[in-house]
Amino acid sequence: MEDLFSKFDPLIKQRTDLLATGVTDPFSLVMERVLSPTVAVCNGKETILLGTYNYIGMTFDPDVIAAGEQALEDFGTGTTGSRVLNGTYAGHRAVEEALKQFYAMDYAMVFSTGYQANLGIISTVAGKGDYIVLDIDSHASIWDGCKLGDAEVVPFKHNDIEAMEKRLKRIPEGAGKLVILEGVYSMLGDIAPLKEMIRIAKANGAMVLVDEAHSMGFIGPNGRGVAEDQGVLDQVDFVIGTFSKSVGTVGGFCVSNHPKFEILRLVCRPYVFTASLPPSVVATAATSIRKLMHAGNKRAHLWENSRVLHQGLRDLGFQLGTSEPQSAIIAVIMPDLEHGAGMWEALLHEGLYVNLARPPATPAGMTLLRCSLCAEHSAEQVQTIIGMFERAGKAAGIL
Amino acid sequence: MDRAATADRIAALIAPFNKKGVEVTDATTFAGDLEFDSLTVMDFVAAIEDEFDIIISMNQQAEIESYGQLVDAVVKLRG
Repeated sequence: MEDLFSKFDPLIKQRTDLLATGVTDPFSLVMERVLSPTVAVCNGKETILLGTYNYIGMTFDPDVIAAGEQALEDFGTGTTGSRVLNGTYAGHRAVEEALKQFYAMDYAMVFSTGYQANLGIISTVAGKGDYIVLDIDSHASIWDGCKLGDAEVVPFKHNDIEAMEKRLKRIPEGAGKLVILEGVYSMLGDIAPLKEMIRIAKANGAMVLVDEAHSMGFIGPNGRGVAEDQGVLDQVDFVIGTFSKSVGTVGGFCVSNHPKFEILRLVCRPYVFTASLPPSVVATAATSIRKLMHAGNKRAHLWENSRVLHQGLRDLGFQLGTSEPQSAIIAVIMPDLEHGAGMWEALLHEGLYVNLARPPATPAGMTLLRCSLCAEHSAEQVQTIIGMFERAGKAAGIL
Repeated sequence: MDRAATADRIAALIAPFNKKGVEVTDATTFAGDLEFDSLTVMDFVAAIEDEFDIIISMNQQAEIESYGQLVDAVVKLRG
């Protein structure tokens, strides 16, 4: 019998070799208790969280928690059904209403995760004979959406406007075109030049989908994301987003002004063939989204945190993913996986959790320590974090 | 353009990516013989696309393993 697991042998070996150096496994950390959006207990030690995407800190908001508790009591623990059968409760409609208001768009469709939103919309909208033109650094859920569908898939170099335009112009006459972009790319925390890219996409007759997972709630005048910030949100056909970052729970969505949008509820398989979100989740999401509409102060503090941490790490001599802070993600570039794992562990010993990111998730084979800030990090915590980076950087031989 | 001329132009584009100077024949594979990783594939495909003003979608790339198959695909895509 051919062992179907043989294909994983190189990865198993890499992992075994890494752990044999005595380093803590960076991919099996347990949050034993969570004290707040910014502090948890890991290995019995109070740890500052700097890798959660909990950008606005809504996870412990009293109004959000109260809404969830009420829904648990009123509607039970789960729907046990698809949105198109028994799985649409009042709360699912309410959260879609909240999204329509948040984005000022005509239609909203909620999925069970952000991953499924990309999987569903991309695979359903772009069909056989259509062309998808997408950034090579797109998130796994976008690639998987391409794989699930039947369209021709044409990637272009990251944020390269000219490479995108050339490919659009080569697509055969009459073929349907979908350009897929992200507002913030989550590995390096850099943003896309959406204004120019969307202008070119439209000039070449393409529909445009923008994933704004990492910008909701704090980029753009109303927190609608990078497309809003660059004044082109009205040109975007589909915005994909998630509840698992700024909204503080789990779930995904697509908002759109396309007049035929509602038909997707019947033809989009990752929407139809799965159970809908539990009532407590949609209740917390709806409450959180409505609070995000008025989160101007939190937003300002989050940007302040991002600027201070970026400057602090740069002054210490770390190599960062962007030359200036473009989002609430700051990526610290590590020389290799071994140093990255060592640094990650040294930070954990200091009492700081960040994400260790490695290929294939990262571009260009990079190992990254990815930090995501929260509006609930105090100015003092950010200074503490910079001190932890300095000590850990020296201990791990990075500085 | 005939197959030989297309093959010559592709061979010239392979050269900068052929770090070990492997001899390229129709049977030479990109992953196996030339040891192209995914990043090299992306740059190489972009170079071919720009040279011939064509699109080689990922769906089509999945069918192309060897130099000979790439030459055939480019000839066909150029019509």
